[in-house]
Amino acid sequence: MKTIAYIQQEIIDEFALFDDWVQRYEYMIELGKSLSIIDKKHRTDSNIIKGCQSKVWVYAELKKDKLIYTADSDAIITKGIIALLLRVFSEQHPSDILAADTSFIDEIGLKEHLSPTRANGLLSMIKQLKMYAIAYQTQLN
Amino acid sequence: MIDIKKIRDDFPILKRKINGNQLVYFDNAATSQTPQVVIDEISNYYSNYNANIHRGVHKLSQEATDAYEKARQTLQFNFNAKHSHEIIFTSGSTHSVNIVASGYSNILKKDDEIILSAMEHHSNIVPWQMLCERTGAILRVAPIDQNGELILEKFEAICCEKTQLVAISHVSNALGTINPIESILSIAHSSGAVVLIDGAQAAPHIKIDLQELDIDFYIVSGHKLMGPTGVGMLYGKEKLLNMLPPYQGGGEMIDEVTFEKTTYTKLPHKFEAGTPNIAGGIALGTAINYINEIGYDSIAKYEKSLLDYATSELLEIEGLKIYGQSKQKTAIVSFNIKSIHAYDIGVILDKLGIAVRTGHHCAQPIMDYFKIPGTVRASFSFYNTKEEIDIMVGAIKRAKLMLV
Repeated sequence: MKTIAYIQQEIIDEFALFDDWVQRYEYMIELGKSLSIIDKKHRTDSNIIKGCQSKVWVYAELKKDKLIYTADSDAIITKGIIALLLRVFSEQHPSDILAADTSFIDEIGLKEHLSPTRANGLLSMIKQLKMYAIAYQTQLN
Repeated sequence: MIDIKKIRDDFPILKRKINGNQLVYFDNAATSQTPQVVIDEISNYYSNYNANIHRGVHKLSQEATDAYEKARQTLQFNFNAKHSHEIIFTSGSTHSVNIVASGYSNILKKDDEIILSAMEHHSNIVPWQMLCERTGAILRVAPIDQNGELILEKFEAICCEKTQLVAISHVSNALGTINPIESILSIAHSSGAVVLIDGAQAAPHIKIDLQELDIDFYIVSGHKLMGPTGVGMLYGKEKLLNMLPPYQGGGEMIDEVTFEKTTYTKLPHKFEAGTPNIAGGIALGTAINYINEIGYDSIAKYEKSLLDYATSELLEIEGLKIYGQSKQKTAIVSFNIKSIHAYDIGVILDKLGIAVRTGHHCAQPIMDYFKIPGTVRASFSFYNTKEEIDIMVGAIKRAKLMLV
């Protein structure tokens, strides 16, 4: 199994191949389009993170000792970033998720998307990912 | 006639580069940019006569007081208020609405009615909802049609003897619709209602004559009017402002204070507790003078040409839909392209140096009416150009290619 740090480095290396923002964004948009859509029964108001501009849905369940996240957004670029976040955090142990940070987003030049002024729900989504990890961590103990 | 080159030179920020591109600033309905004369006025105040007003005997305080009161007169003359003390300096439109809404707390009774339109900004909704919660008054909403125009007959139908207040925007911030305020005022007044017009989006574009229109309350934000942030205006007819209780207690607004009882001072100071935004008020006066030097007629004509050009160019883009097609509009274009989320377009435009607003524009009920989460909004000012519109249209086409 790849560690969170390993996957983050993988993403940083992938993004290093891009020459400019256009290529980065085209990639993100592709990722957004390919993100496996959250199960309809979890695309509910209780799983919604209102970001003012774009909405984000996130859901998590525990399989053995790993957390499986699924998520969605109504904006495709937001969805692309969600795809990256899920690639990093999904199928990891809750304690590893809690220990990890999201500085890789800065390193791939997408820091602005985690700014509170963007109001796209991503900051709250990361909090929510961690909240799930806390909850399931308690369950595992 | 607009001398566009000269005007653009007045706005230093327009020279900025964003992500390596020349800034194209089309978010004027959120905040207008500031001309050098206004920036200089703020700097001049702090460099030469910064002092507290209305109380010092010293020279600086007198100069500051004179400049502040002169700015009040500038506002009075610009909007043609009868008295300068009918002009209250506030921190902006939101503050202005709240002074009035709060002031009616002990005036409205249960089952009295307040009418708003369906195109109001949240700042002209929430204070009234809070007033209704305090008083038991009822909020009624005058609907709009698919063009984003107020349905005047429906407004007239709900306007009755129970209507105590009507609060309606002069211009919609999300759609650009210019509301027929003459008719609204006449209908409301014939029911005996008091009318507050939210002029935040109108004041930068339309010359307003408060006395001729017989407006009861009119509110304005400085930062949409080439002025600084944190300053605005509440106009109220003298007798109405005298009727309302003070909004905040503190220094400046008192006549006499003892621990038994405090009496309040006269207008306008009754509503200006504490040390105000002195530099902001003075600079707002400068901003209004600046606009008048260019002239409201020239501005309206020029901005109309930008609006017409942008509208026709944007409609060339396949799948683009404009929300708000009122015959009377300020230079705002609110749109979506097919199922592309407004946020995605906004992000790509930002990368290309173009500042637009995306989202619900603090007017969620309008978005609910059109059943959309939001729009992309390009709002123009007299310092914008058709070349900039071309750049935006090109950028939108590029964004569309990336996102579809």
